[in-house]
Amino acid sequence: MKAMMRYNGQFFLQEVYVDSTKQLITRGEETTPIEQLVVHPPVSGTVYGTLLNYKGELEALGSAVCESPYQQPPKAPILYIKPVNTINYHQASIPMPKEEDTLQIGATLAVVIGKKASNVSKEEVQNYILGYTIANDVSIPHSSVYRPAIKEKAQDGFCPIGPWIVDRKELANPDDLDITIHINGELKQQQTTRNLIRPVAELIAEVTSFMTLFEGDTLLVGVPENPPLARNGDVVKITIAGIGSLENQFIITKQPVKENTI
Amino acid sequence: MKTARVAYKGNIHEAIEWYGKLQLDTGAIVSEDDVVWLPPIVPQTIFALGLNYADHAAELSFNAPKEPLVFLKGPNTLIGHNGETFRPADVTYMHYECELAVVIGQSGKNIQEKDAYNYVAGYTVANDYAIRDYLENYYRPNLRVKNRDTLTPIGPWFVSADEIKNPMNLTLRTYVNDSVVQEGTTKDMIFSIPKLIAYLSSFMTLNKNDIILTGTPKGSVDTKVGDTVLTEIEGIGRLKNTIISEPVYQ
Repeated sequence: MKAMMRYNGQFFLQEVYVDSTKQLITRGEETTPIEQLVVHPPVSGTVYGTLLNYKGELEALGSAVCESPYQQPPKAPILYIKPVNTINYHQASIPMPKEEDTLQIGATLAVVIGKKASNVSKEEVQNYILGYTIANDVSIPHSSVYRPAIKEKAQDGFCPIGPWIVDRKELANPDDLDITIHINGELKQQQTTRNLIRPVAELIAEVTSFMTLFEGDTLLVGVPENPPLARNGDVVKITIAGIGSLENQFIITKQPVKENTI
Repeated sequence: MKTARVAYKGNIHEAIEWYGKLQLDTGAIVSEDDVVWLPPIVPQTIFALGLNYADHAAELSFNAPKEPLVFLKGPNTLIGHNGETFRPADVTYMHYECELAVVIGQSGKNIQEKDAYNYVAGYTVANDYAIRDYLENYYRPNLRVKNRDTLTPIGPWFVSADEIKNPMNLTLRTYVNDSVVQEGTTKDMIFSIPKLIAYLSSFMTLNKNDIILTGTPKGSVDTKVGDTVLTEIEGIGRLKNTIISEPVYQ
């Protein structure tokens, strides 16, 4: 399938053909197994995340949404930012703060914006999408969502993303994609984007009604309920049907080193 | 050193003050009115503080926080000096927030309070508008309240750290149509600049051109279409902004 990625020191996104089953990358005449490439994050703009966009996630809060401190269920999309220090890449390690035993794995479809989008109608959203990739929106587990969770979500390396962006035309329906998480080869979560409260087009239409998304920005559509937990040493693979797999290992580090961030 | 980023005749320049005019990096002297003022820094991560002044927290009926209340902003929300911020048609309460903006000068992690100023490149003024109608109690204050296009004027000047002897003792003032509506001092911050830098860098790397908006003191008043809002910080600058209607903006 047609995709875009950055690897082996390339600064710009390269158009490639990806065989996600065999994990082969073809550029021009040359086909290479992905494990022989150094893969960089395929995104460069601001990465926005969406809170409480899975039906089960909102249901898990139950009647608490009508009680203090929330008072009422959310009305508009709730966004947050995964800042640049969090951006990480396929096969890199995710630094675990040494005081945490476990981190939450947040498997999410990531929509990459293809051109400046402001007040875009639901029907037109497709024209503003470059393509789709996979993100692991890592968090320190936290039960309250009343205050912005910067410390919990914005630590270095907490947003692996990639390995490639699948061209939007390759995905017939982003609102019907199966998502799985494997930890050390064992299936830990099965989900689908059918369970989104706001499907992709509706979400982008509502978000761009109050803020501009620029070319290269990325919108994470949401993390499902009951996110699995990872421990030191765990290898975590997130697979989204029609896109591919993003794999990273959680490793306790005193001082994370980012050696591959061009 | 005080520097601005301006657009002039189709190009972007760095500029310095020159006897009430501007000297561009080309050497040309131009009038302040002949340029478009841009945000003085092209930002990396933008942090903002909620409730970082005790009097403002009390005004909003909150207790002072025990840990800094931090939220993030995207680059879409910044606009320069003399810019126009639109007020959505359906809102009843939109207020300014005059804030000292701290610009980070070099990357750092686990920065100690005593070393924090070594990581500060300088300062500017920000007006961190909020639209209270859109507040919801999820990751509050959320991006729909704080991250709208044009909602964060910043500038006019980037003032290098060496020019400001004590950033923790500066008067902040906001004028709406020339009347003073907000007055405070950075002395009253709950979490000081060194504390904020130590706090943030304890769990994430700070980078060059990250900007920390350090919060606002008491004195929030609704601003209407047509109002001129001037946010001023002693020794740093006077940032002018005009509120326009949504139809005019679009």
